[in-house]
Formats: sequence, C-alpha cells, structure tokens
Amino acid sequence: MSIVRKYWFGATVVVVLAVTAAFALWISPPDAQQGDVVRLLYLHVPTIWIAFLGFFVTAVASVLWLVPRTRRTEWDLLAGASAEVGVVFTGITLIVGSIWGRPTWGTYWVWDARLTSTAILFFLYLGYLALRRTAATADERGKRCAIAALIAFADVPIVHLSVTWWQTLHQSGTVFNPNNDVQIHGTMGFTLVWAVAAFTFFYVYLVLRRLQLAELEEGLEERELELAIEERQRVEQMAGV
Amino acid sequence: MTFFKEAMLVAGKDLRIERRSRVALAQILPFGGIVVVMFAFALDADRTSLPIAAPGLFWAAVFLAALLAIGRSFTVEEANRARDGLRLSGLDGGAIFVGKALAIAVELFLLEVVLGAAVIALYGVSVSGVLVLVCAALAATVGLAATGTVYGVLATGLRARDTLVPLLVLPAVTPVMLGGSRAFAAALQGSSSDAWPWVQLLVAFSVLAVAAGTMAFGPLLEEG
Amino acid sequence: MLGRFPALAGADLEVEAGEIVLLAGANGAGKTTLLRLCAGLLPLRSGHAEVLGVDLAVDRRAMRRSLALVGHETFCYDDLTVQENIRFATRAAGRSVADADAALERLGLGRAARVTHSRLSQGQRRRVALAIALARDPRLLLLDEPHAGLDEQGRSVLDAVVRAAPSEGRTVLLASHELDVARQVATREIRIAAGRVHEEPAGAGRTLPRAEAWA
Repeated sequence: MSIVRKYWFGATVVVVLAVTAAFALWISPPDAQQGDVVRLLYLHVPTIWIAFLGFFVTAVASVLWLVPRTRRTEWDLLAGASAEVGVVFTGITLIVGSIWGRPTWGTYWVWDARLTSTAILFFLYLGYLALRRTAATADERGKRCAIAALIAFADVPIVHLSVTWWQTLHQSGTVFNPNNDVQIHGTMGFTLVWAVAAFTFFYVYLVLRRLQLAELEEGLEERELELAIEERQRVEQMAGV
Repeated sequence: MTFFKEAMLVAGKDLRIERRSRVALAQILPFGGIVVVMFAFALDADRTSLPIAAPGLFWAAVFLAALLAIGRSFTVEEANRARDGLRLSGLDGGAIFVGKALAIAVELFLLEVVLGAAVIALYGVSVSGVLVLVCAALAATVGLAATGTVYGVLATGLRARDTLVPLLVLPAVTPVMLGGSRAFAAALQGSSSDAWPWVQLLVAFSVLAVAAGTMAFGPLLEEG
Repeated sequence: MLGRFPALAGADLEVEAGEIVLLAGANGAGKTTLLRLCAGLLPLRSGHAEVLGVDLAVDRRAMRRSLALVGHETFCYDDLTVQENIRFATRAAGRSVADADAALERLGLGRAARVTHSRLSQGQRRRVALAIALARDPRLLLLDEPHAGLDEQGRSVLDAVVRAAPSEGRTVLLASHELDVARQVATREIRIAAGRVHEEPAGAGRTLPRAEAWA
C-alpha cells in the first residue's frame, strides 16, 4: 500500500491521464455523424468500465473477508474503498451519458437498458455505502457489508437481464445507445483502449489512497478503544475492587 | 423438529402476532389504500391513463406496503431481546428465514388481493388472464418477501434500520417490479402469452432469493 | 461490554457438573458478558473456552439446545400471551407443549397464562423467563441477576429451582448482586472485576463430588 505514497505513482497517473486527454480532445478525429461530441465516448466507456470493476473488486474483497481462512480487516476496508470510488464513477457515467444524450437523442435521459441498469447499480452502491456507515463494530460491518455486496453483485445481471427484456418491448426502431452508432477504428480505437487503461490506473490509485485513509481511521479507533479500556480498569482499581 | 416444522413454527408465531396486534390490517393495508388513491391524484384521475398505468401503480403500492411489512416483521424481534431468544432457541437459521419470509408473503398476498380489488374499481380496469395474474403475483410476492427478509435481518440491530432497509431493498427487487408490472400489463391487455416469460423471470428471482436467504440468514442473525 | 475477555484463557475458570456457582462482582465487571459468552452468543476473541464439551471457537451454536440463559430481558413477544410465549420458546427448543405447560405451572404462572406479555409485571416477567429456561430442560442454567424484581413468593420458587438443579442433573452459573440470598444456594463463589476472574472461598462450605470439567 505504501507504493501510493511514492510521489512518482501519483505523477504517473497524472501523466497518463494527460495523455488520454490529449488524444481524446485533439489527436483523435471527430466522428462523421456526431462530430466532436463523440469525444465523450472516451470518458463514458472508461467510467462505465470502472463502475463495474469497482463493484467486482468489492465483491471479491467481500468473499475474501467472509472466508475464515483469508479473513483480514484489509479486505473489508478494500471493499469499502472500491465501492466509494465505484459509486463516484457510476455517477459520472450517468452524468456523461446524460450530457451526451442531449445532442444525440434530443433528451437528457432515455430508459435504454444500459443506462437504466447503471442507474440501478448506482442505487445499489449507495445502499451499500449507507450500510457501511451505520454498522457499529468492525466485525458487524464486515459481515453485513460483505453479504450485502455479494447479494447486490449477484443481482446486477438479473437486473440487467430484466431491464434489457423490458426495453425490447419498446420497438422504437432506433437504438438509443450512442456507442453503437459510432464506427470505431484507427486512432479512435487506440484512444479508447488507452483511455480505459488510463482510467483503470486512476481507479487503482484512488482505491489505494482511500484504503490508506481507512487503515489510518481503523488504527485510530483501535487506539481509542484501548484508552477507554485502560481508563475503566484504572477506575475499577481506584474503587478498590 | 424438521426444517419444515421449524419454519412453520416461526411463521405461525409471526402470523399469530399479527392476528393479535393487527398492524398489517389496521395500518399497512390502509396505507396501501391511500397510496392507490394518491396515485389517482398524481395522474389527475384520467380516465384513459389510469387503466394503462394500473399494473405499475398497483405494484408500486404493493412495494411500499411491503417495506412497512418487512420493517414490522423485524420490529417485533427487537423488544425484550427476542432476537437473542431466537438465537438461543437452537432453531436453524434457514428455517427462521423461511418462516419469517413466509409470514410476510402471506400478509402481502392478502394485501394484494384487497389492493387489487381497489385498483380494479378505482382505476377502471377490465380484468382478463386471471391465471397469469395469480401466478405472477405469487412468484413476485415470494421474491419480494424473501429479499425483504434478507435485508431485514442484515440491518437488524443497526441504528437507522427503518430508513436503511427501504434503500437496500428497492434497487435489489427491480426485476420483480419489472416482471410484475409487465406480466400484469400483458395479462390485462389480453395477451397472456406475453406475460408468461415474465412469470418465469419472477419465479427464477424468487428461487434465487430464497436460496440466498436460507444460507445467509443464520450467519447474519448471529452477533459478531 | 466488549467481547474482549482475557479471563477465559486456559484454566482461568472451570466449573464442574452439578455445581452452583455464584458470580459476584460490581456492575459492568463482566458477569453478563461471561454468561453470554457461555451461551455462545458472543464470539470468542482469544483464548480457549469449552462449554458442555463443545469448543466455542469451533461451533458456538451446537450446545445451545442444552443450556438456557435467563437475562434481564425475557426474549418474549409483547403481543403474545404468557402461555403462547412459553410454548413457542419450548417448541423451538424441540420440546413439547406439555413440557411448556408443566414449566408454566411450576413457576406459578397458571393464572397469568392468558395475560399478554406487555402487561406483565417485572416479577412475572422474571418467572416467564425462568419457565422458558426450565421447559428446555437444560444441563447448564445461566442466570443473570434472577432475583431482581422478584417478590417473596417468586424468590422462593427461584431458590427451589436452583437448589433442585444438581439433583436434576443441571449445573448453574448464577450472577447476582444479592450476595446474601445467592450465597445460601451456591456451592462456590467467584469474583469478577474489570473483566478478570478471581476465585474466592465458598461461603456455604458445601462440596460436591468432583466430575469432569464442563461435563
């Protein structure tokens, strides 16, 4: 985890993202139909990817915590950190999708399968994060959040399936997904792949930073607990027990 | 005692509590009723739009009432440390889950019958495809009750449980909302054959929810 | 209290079959925690503990049917009657309705059988909790401040139950403030302070034949 404290790690992230921006905003060409608006693709696709990656990592970390042999507090903290980063990216996905929608579909929102599933994913995340905040002890939090994360993770494909089914009922002809209308080739393809990789790197950085913070918080709590116990024992002794 | 008998014991206990306290009858059912009326206000009691929206509105009302029922099911376990009693009883965690979920499901299903009648009357809905409607309702109710019971025990004992459980449950039961309202819509429009795929989805969801709950309830009930 | 209980490491506490052990100590000393730990309700953080031959670190649920805990709360449902509550708890433990009704009578709750739990007095609640505990026919009886709130008659019933325990094959762990009353029935006394266990010589001076630990 201390790798994150090395200044060069953060610097590399900045550089990689800067390169992404350069390609996305200048070097890659505008789309024949959508023009410059298509550049939002380089933000939308990576953030959608991170949204699901984050949840996946949370689920894996939850399993590792639940299995007694691999149980460590770090897994629980990682699950929380990944979820926090994930929810931010999910929110960005929804906003970018909405902004993109305006010029291409004419509205800020359509109930297409992917966007709707992402919206539900967003709420599942929010519920998980709310749960993390209300659990009392570390053990309680670990257990309940781990199971909640796994249930939500298992639910996502079912949600996606049902939403997709639902959308096929609406035979409106045009496919609402902006991605599908875009022909991706050459520089655009390269930029997209680079963007996904860059954002994944960014995600890792954010999660490690958040994890570091969580571990500090945890250490602080442990220390406060020990102080409380020592205090109580001192009181007992003075009371002549 | 067998798993089944243990579950029946717990379900019986919950239903007996309801019969004595009448919370579902006197509070949750009227709540569902006022929600149905409220939707009519929201849609301006339009003669044309209400019947079309009826399937979805019905299930929305049911879901809101279900949240209350789930909360109630776990509120009774809070007083007098009844939860400790359940833990000490030696009852199998999965059996307790099935019992509590079953009690909720029974209450919900009766609620649906009454609310359904209200929606038919108030929204001017013409009924068809009763078999599909009943099957869809049963499958949806089981899925809803099971999922609610899992999240109910997951949040048990936590502060802000009352506001947390609704937030956890509703996104998770999206497939039930979609399945229920689309199945009902298809049935009421006379195309029952379109409804059956949705019923299958509801059944699959219910099976998964019950399986998950049976496994997770015991560990979640324990402290630490 | 917390689940950290250093006193249960190794041989810090051993209770033998048929004993009636009094746990004495101030409020917050850890008596309730110890009892709940023995009931398997709390996880064992460190050290080793065996109850009724079951290692708590391996499975703290297995022995629950063989023990009973009477705590500050009754574990009952406010909307159900005394009889319904006792019957439910008894049947949940795998025993019969007849056992439930017998325990109900033994604790003198016959006339209160149809009273709703929410309307019971403190003393009656104590008796209900005790009835449930007895109906389960436990080999280990964990009593947490059982005398609190009991009237004269209730106390004599409680004492009779506790005294009869060894001959019924039960072991009793009794946590109490009321040392005078409790010492009359206890065979051994243990002090708990700030989460630690200290042995003290028994006031009653009675000894029972020693059997295996936690048998």
